[in-house]
Amino acid sequence: MATLLEIENLKTQFFTSAGTVRAVDGITYTVDEGETVALVGESGCGKSVSALSILRLIPWPPGKIVEGRITFDGVDLATLSEEEIRQIRGRDIGIVFQEPMTSLNPVLSINEQLSETLITHFGITKQEARAKALSLLEMVGISDPDRRLDQYPHHLSGGMRQRVMVAMALSCEPKLIIADEPTTALDVTIQAQILELMKELTNRLGASMIIITHNLGVVARYADRVNVMYAGKIIESGTAKDIYHNPQHPYTLALLNSIPRMDQPRKDKLDPVEGQPPDLTQLDDGCSFRPRCRFVQEGCAKSFPDLENVSESHFAACFEKGNLVEKTKVDS
Amino acid sequence: MSPENGAVTEGNTQVTKAKLGEVLVDVKDLKMYFPITEGVVIGRVVAEVKAVDGISFHINKGETLGLVGESGCGKTTTGRCILQLEKATAGEIIYEGRDLTKLPQKEMNVVREKIQVIFQDPFSSLNPRMKIGDIIGEPIKVHGIIPDPKERQKRVRELLMLCGLNPKFEDRYPHEMSGGQRQRVGVARALALNPEFIICDEAVSALDVSIQAQVINLLEDLRDEFELTYLFISHDLSVIRHICHRVAVMYLGHIVELAECDELYDNPLHPYTRALLAAVPIPDPTLEAERAHEVVKGEVPSPINPPSGCVFHPRCTLAVDSCSKDVPEFREIKPGHWVACSEV
Repeated sequence: MATLLEIENLKTQFFTSAGTVRAVDGITYTVDEGETVALVGESGCGKSVSALSILRLIPWPPGKIVEGRITFDGVDLATLSEEEIRQIRGRDIGIVFQEPMTSLNPVLSINEQLSETLITHFGITKQEARAKALSLLEMVGISDPDRRLDQYPHHLSGGMRQRVMVAMALSCEPKLIIADEPTTALDVTIQAQILELMKELTNRLGASMIIITHNLGVVARYADRVNVMYAGKIIESGTAKDIYHNPQHPYTLALLNSIPRMDQPRKDKLDPVEGQPPDLTQLDDGCSFRPRCRFVQEGCAKSFPDLENVSESHFAACFEKGNLVEKTKVDS
Repeated sequence: MSPENGAVTEGNTQVTKAKLGEVLVDVKDLKMYFPITEGVVIGRVVAEVKAVDGISFHINKGETLGLVGESGCGKTTTGRCILQLEKATAGEIIYEGRDLTKLPQKEMNVVREKIQVIFQDPFSSLNPRMKIGDIIGEPIKVHGIIPDPKERQKRVRELLMLCGLNPKFEDRYPHEMSGGQRQRVGVARALALNPEFIICDEAVSALDVSIQAQVINLLEDLRDEFELTYLFISHDLSVIRHICHRVAVMYLGHIVELAECDELYDNPLHPYTRALLAAVPIPDPTLEAERAHEVVKGEVPSPINPPSGCVFHPRCTLAVDSCSKDVPEFREIKPGHWVACSEV
């Protein structure tokens, strides 16, 4: 498969009165055509900022992409002018945000919001745009689409609003869809509906998807490849099977052990990751996970380990990679 | 497995068997309808939101009962009715032999010491202008348990340490703490009056996974140490499975299924419970690849005008004609396993 998106050493920082927040601190990954790549991590690990950086949606001040290349379809997005990037946003790259309540404009009807993108990018008339919007609503499974077009976001339920967001992201048949916690605000049965819908539609369009989530179950169900983020860095990367069946970074291992599992016998006690995530203004040269790490050793404070191969498809940024399973056995 | 020993086989629960048999809370046919009014000066009631529509369950001493369901199913309202934060439309809430809905204000205030709550959002449930020490100390002061400020401060520090926080945090404000730390403050506040019964309303839902496990472990440790009884309200089926002894599944104001935790997850009978369990993604790509992803159609209807008969029938795969007419009986299919469905 050809590479659609290539991110190289991306660094996004926020310059605040409390200091420089290194929200995204040198991440590198690729997305192939037709592939679904997940960015997983907890709040504040930089997963959303890294996605917003792709579309250059980081507000300046205080935020700025300070380094790195974002090559999309042969073009470096980081160097484009404001006008040029506008041509790509919504057309070649669609985005589904987390909060369907706040990411739709409350004073515009569904028709106006869907048509806006179509008119901007295709230069079609309002009537043509309405017809297209109607078919989009049908496509995402909204009943009675003609009536819904003239309604406003507050008339719709959370699940329906998210369907509208999906319709909007897909309206220009983009090559890449960025879904930033697309189902976090939704109930589990609605979450399943939306995810199945997105999977089906991206398959039909042959689009790639970056799905950003903290839900390890969603990742296991929908992602081909997974990047685990911690404190602005990708600390492990691999296929879903690599990550879930053979985690090689202590954080990934700890994360997988800390969640209650429905597919396994109940445990007496959960195994939490002790401590708190680090303050992103206070990062040093060493590994940012070391205060919470069970496998910490002397070298961890000196330098941040590189993301290196464990197998052909599997990378981990840890000095102890490859030894975790043995060490865990010794511990217990 | 009988309900009496169900609790002790699971986890390292220290609760004695003798106490477990006793019913602590008995909710009978609870209804909570919220009126919708029209008119500015004199509101005319034009409709009712049937948030909770006739539910019955009991909680034994030392037991954790899970209440699970999607948004708007009435699980939080049920908790608020038990706490007497809502005046129930009908039904009884028997707590240690007394009906809370009929208790005079004065006596209720005494009972309140025994029933506490931990809220979902650690950001909005702590007063941003109060120091942590005052937030935890206030209930102790209000109920006149420790009138002496010095002694009270000692107790506050004890509580902070109990919940895994540094006693120095008493001088901090909520905004200086992380979400997980704030939720620990919420737990410490709930424990301040030595309660018997704590309602955990989505107590870990707003937390990140690694922090969530810390707070779940804390809640379990405290349950064992102080022989607490929990009503654990959550939409997260995996968390419910981990922490609860028995589980009630709610849908649109009704309990559709109630059983021992393992029984419910291994052998779900109600079509809604099955749909709910099937919808939860499992963190294992190999298992996920093999699972059939049948998605339940449609959305939860409005509780203002709920469907006739069985409230789940418009979305149900098993529905027959009679489901839209007759309200299914909530019946005991196996000992301890209750289901409201005529087709199972």
